[in-house]
Amino acid sequence: MARNDRMSGNEAVATAMRQINPDVMGAFPITPSTEIPQYYSEYIADGLVDTEFVAVESEHSAMSVCMGASAAGARAVTATSSAGLAYMWELLYVAASARLPITMAVVNRALTGPININNDHSDSMGARDSGWIQIYAETNQEVYDNYIQAMPISEAIRLPIMICQDGFVTSHGVSNIEILEDDEVKDFVGEYNPEDYLLKHENPLAVGPYGTSPYYMEVKRAQAQAMKDSMPIILDVAKRFEKLSGRKYGFFEEYCMDDAEVAVVVIGSSAGTGKEAVDRLRAEGKKVGLIKLRVFRPFPRIPLAEAMCKVKAVAVMDKAESYSNSGGPLFNEARSSLYDLPGRPYAINYIYGLGGRDITVDDFYEIFNDLFIIHETDDPGDVYRYVGVRDSRYEEGGFDHRKYED
Amino acid sequence: MTEKIKDAVEIRWHGRGGQGAKTACLLLADVAFCSGKHVQGFPEYGPERMGAPITAYNRISDEHCKVHSNIYTPDYVVVVDETLLKTVDVTKGLKDTGALIINSKRKPEEIRPLLKGYKGKVCAVDAEKISMDAFGKNFPNTPMLAAVVKVSEVIEREKFINDMRESFRHKFVHKENLIEGNMKALIKAMDEVKVG
Repeated sequence: MARNDRMSGNEAVATAMRQINPDVMGAFPITPSTEIPQYYSEYIADGLVDTEFVAVESEHSAMSVCMGASAAGARAVTATSSAGLAYMWELLYVAASARLPITMAVVNRALTGPININNDHSDSMGARDSGWIQIYAETNQEVYDNYIQAMPISEAIRLPIMICQDGFVTSHGVSNIEILEDDEVKDFVGEYNPEDYLLKHENPLAVGPYGTSPYYMEVKRAQAQAMKDSMPIILDVAKRFEKLSGRKYGFFEEYCMDDAEVAVVVIGSSAGTGKEAVDRLRAEGKKVGLIKLRVFRPFPRIPLAEAMCKVKAVAVMDKAESYSNSGGPLFNEARSSLYDLPGRPYAINYIYGLGGRDITVDDFYEIFNDLFIIHETDDPGDVYRYVGVRDSRYEEGGFDHRKYED
Repeated sequence: MTEKIKDAVEIRWHGRGGQGAKTACLLLADVAFCSGKHVQGFPEYGPERMGAPITAYNRISDEHCKVHSNIYTPDYVVVVDETLLKTVDVTKGLKDTGALIINSKRKPEEIRPLLKGYKGKVCAVDAEKISMDAFGKNFPNTPMLAAVVKVSEVIEREKFINDMRESFRHKFVHKENLIEGNMKALIKAMDEVKVG
């Protein structure tokens, strides 16, 4: 029997970890994910789990610990954010190409420049080409549920996985949550019995050898295939999880999409704020909808394009800038997925929420309003837009910061 | 400004780093959860340091609260440190149907002129004195938490008192004197908060 509780997103992840009791954790603290290894080392100290906790001197070493442990046949986990994830960069690719099913809790925080501790998706979006599966959460409940589904997905396809949540918004926000029983989680996740591993003496193998030109490309092709093949696994695990918990998951969630004329596509906690805007606009008789993308890697190209095709105009929201001069990472992939479909909607991009900039129900009202204008005038205008940013170009006499201070 | 979701009570806390405003906000989420509510309790983080102004938020409702933004039109504002009145626009967006609850030795009618024409209720409680009398230290957050529960009526009094006793028992398992001290402060603040 599940029990109702209240806790922060970080405690929810640590709780899921405790219920799973992985073999090894390598971790180095960084805001806002610090609490995860902090809670977890308390569980170890209290004897609730017997995980080998390796306190390292950097995230580079944290990932190295996980890779060594995973290659040896152990279940390995870590947690990080922002610059910590950036410091793991070269190893992210190694972990993925060595097909090591490591589970990493990413608490999304802006990358430095200027320094900032608050939420956006620039850290994990920057790692989008590293070969890791990426799953995002709207609420504390979802990050807990996603974490429990992580290992069954990652170990079945032998790819590492990031379970992402929004820094501070869910990681430090306390809210209601349903926690499964420990043995239910243990049964669901199961024991990890890899087919091959370094310490298996019957079948000696090399992990991470030099990949000469005659072999390198086949390794990459196999990784790409694994990413593709993870799609039905993600859905199977979600189906199994629904039986256990009653909560339904897929690649994305469609909210009020059936008769919608316009919609937004959004990742993470801001989807909740967007849903509230949808509820209020629906009460006013406006046909609006929302798609919340849960799985960004693998990118659910075809089903997402089909869902977006239900409407006439769609706003794709990016909590990360990619300086491509043609929109953020989600926009470019979502928009390109529409290309082959007849009757595709107009698709515009909004960059929002960088470095913790708040996005409100009113901001979503503005976006939906823009979408209705596009729909009615049949003119998308500039497709690459920002929301919630101050812009000196539109201020008489230049930008006056004093106007924005309390 | 669009209307907020029905029945959600929104509370904004203003304090200074180290005074326990964030802790009080999370405790409120805790006790509201215990009385069967859906809750959110979240701090707004910046470059934190002792003494710097901090903000924290609560949403309390009968249904799941979807919104994840900060709170701009709160029903209640709690000011844990009176000196913030000089630097922070504490009544910004505060609804006239709600109340401002402030830690102060002054009477509500003395506070009101400092509030830029705020028309709603102004409630004052001397959290410092209550805290000093109850356990000899200036921890204003427990009395302020009690005052906001009393004024907002988000939790029924007896239920609140019982849940807080449980919560303190858990929190101060090795510091028993703090349990009774905090409980004394809690009840005193509920009884003494002045509404003007």
